Amino acid sequence: MSRTYAVVAVAAVVLATVLVGGFGLRISRTTSDFYVASRTVRPRLNAAAISGEYLSAASFLGIAGLVLVHGPDMLWYPVGYTAGYLVLLVFVAAPLRRSGAYTLPDFAEGRLESRQVRRLVSVLVVGAGWLYLVPQLQGAGLTLKILTGAPGWLGDVLVASVVVVAVAAGGMRSITFVQVFQYWLKLTALLVPAIFLVLAWQGDGRPRVTFDEQLSVFRADHPLYATYGLIIATFLGTMGLPHVVVRFYTSPNGRDARRTTVAVLALIGVFYLLPPVYGALGRLYAPELIHGGDADAAVLLLPARVVGGLGGDLLGALIAGGAFAAFLSTASGLTMAVAGVITQDVLPSRGVRHFRLATVLAMCVPLAGSLMVSRVPVADSVGMAFAVSASSFCPLLVLGIWWRRLTPQGAIAGLVLGGGSAFLSVAITVSGAVRPPGWPHTLLAWPAVWSVPVGFLAMVLVSLATPGRIPVGTNAAMTRFHLPEALIPGRHR
Amino acid sequence: MRPLPRYRTQSEIDEQTALGGAYVRSLMRSQLRAGLTAFTVLAVVAGTLPLVFAALHSAAVVWAVLGFAAYPPLTLIAWWYVRRAERNERDFARLVEGRPAQ
Repeated sequence: MSRTYAVVAVAAVVLATVLVGGFGLRISRTTSDFYVASRTVRPRLNAAAISGEYLSAASFLGIAGLVLVHGPDMLWYPVGYTAGYLVLLVFVAAPLRRSGAYTLPDFAEGRLESRQVRRLVSVLVVGAGWLYLVPQLQGAGLTLKILTGAPGWLGDVLVASVVVVAVAAGGMRSITFVQVFQYWLKLTALLVPAIFLVLAWQGDGRPRVTFDEQLSVFRADHPLYATYGLIIATFLGTMGLPHVVVRFYTSPNGRDARRTTVAVLALIGVFYLLPPVYGALGRLYAPELIHGGDADAAVLLLPARVVGGLGGDLLGALIAGGAFAAFLSTASGLTMAVAGVITQDVLPSRGVRHFRLATVLAMCVPLAGSLMVSRVPVADSVGMAFAVSASSFCPLLVLGIWWRRLTPQGAIAGLVLGGGSAFLSVAITVSGAVRPPGWPHTLLAWPAVWSVPVGFLAMVLVSLATPGRIPVGTNAAMTRFHLPEALIPGRHR
Repeated sequence: MRPLPRYRTQSEIDEQTALGGAYVRSLMRSQLRAGLTAFTVLAVVAGTLPLVFAALHSAAVVWAVLGFAAYPPLTLIAWWYVRRAERNERDFARLVEGRPAQ
């Protein structure tokens, strides 16, 4: 494969990201502009931005790789990534926007009037954000290695640096434009090559894709349990992902936050029709990836294999550009969210200058992690971040928005027991201390089945046991969350 | 709930009185009902599908359902929910502003 085209495509995406980000730099003047784009992003633009941010390395490379290796059962991943937005819509979207907070810790403090809960949520947001950043950086390293033969660490460092510069320069406003651009780039980068690949496949006499061998590839010794673990983690975890939550504050009002979410469902639904095509064709044209090798690379390798020649090189370059758009967009959103929390809760004073310092801090740890931790398939490690989010932030948001008897003590118990246990399970799984086969490994690798109920139960039971500690402002908070803006004097848009 | 004269209900809510609280509770209940309806449909379908797939043993069915067929219903449920939630809010605004419900 010719490396020149791919390098040009990656360079173009990186350059465009920085330039579009710079466009935001000129128009983001106030602190509110910087963090939440002054809450003026209209539904359609915002929906493309949310989708652009959400479609990460896991979506762009990971799903096709998993389908290639393990068969169509892995399609629960994209379905779960999408359905998570539906759950977010029906329980969280509008009240979260109306809560008027910038970040999850802001929400927790505003609702529960407790600094302690705020600090705990901050720790979890930073932890979940870092968990999610590592695979983005590793995906970048893998992509650059395959395309150009560059050493594995180069892609990690490249994406980390570009993101730090783009986020520190422009904040949320610039990110909004970058994300919108990157959604359409990602869609094009998978759609156009997919059309050519399918045409080439038809030209080959439409060979059948078989998944008979899938049983020979080990994934889980209790596949049904693993599937339910995945469903619960992705359906309930989306609402708490730090970069997803922060996006909802950019809507002008609660109604627009809802409408934005419907558009997001449609946009990511369209995108997710494409990765399975690559997974299936990869089974035919890159079968060596099934056993060993980096299956995440399937999407990148296919154009050269199937189409070949100059066309294959150009299509491969398009995919490489799209893949970098995926790493950059998700990593910027996460860095933005993590840096926001670090600025507000770790560094002494607030302000844009501290935010820039926080951006560097937010990226250092996951970069170190991505260089030191061995590679787990991208979609799997992202699934772990979802499990942590589903066990901690989901109970906090759902109960905080709909249940008046939630107390700070209850919230702390739920966050520690639910989120903490999920986090611990993930850490043990990644460290390799408990190995498959057997139930212990299965339970730890897909913790959501038990850790989500633990989180909810702990929150409810401890809250019921501490009825005297219900925050004074609970009724006012509920009114603010649920009352349409038009009915509140002085809050007309 | 019987509509009250205009402005009175509005100030009830603003001032956090018991009556205002009751109004907000009624809005929350209707919104929660809409949300739970949508969520239950999703949960029942997603909860039974893995069992159906395990029983059928057919990659083609899994492929068709999860690869293509799942996405339009997700967007449709979302669209239904948004219409319902906005209607709840309109009804509530009418109640608060003392206009008769349609």
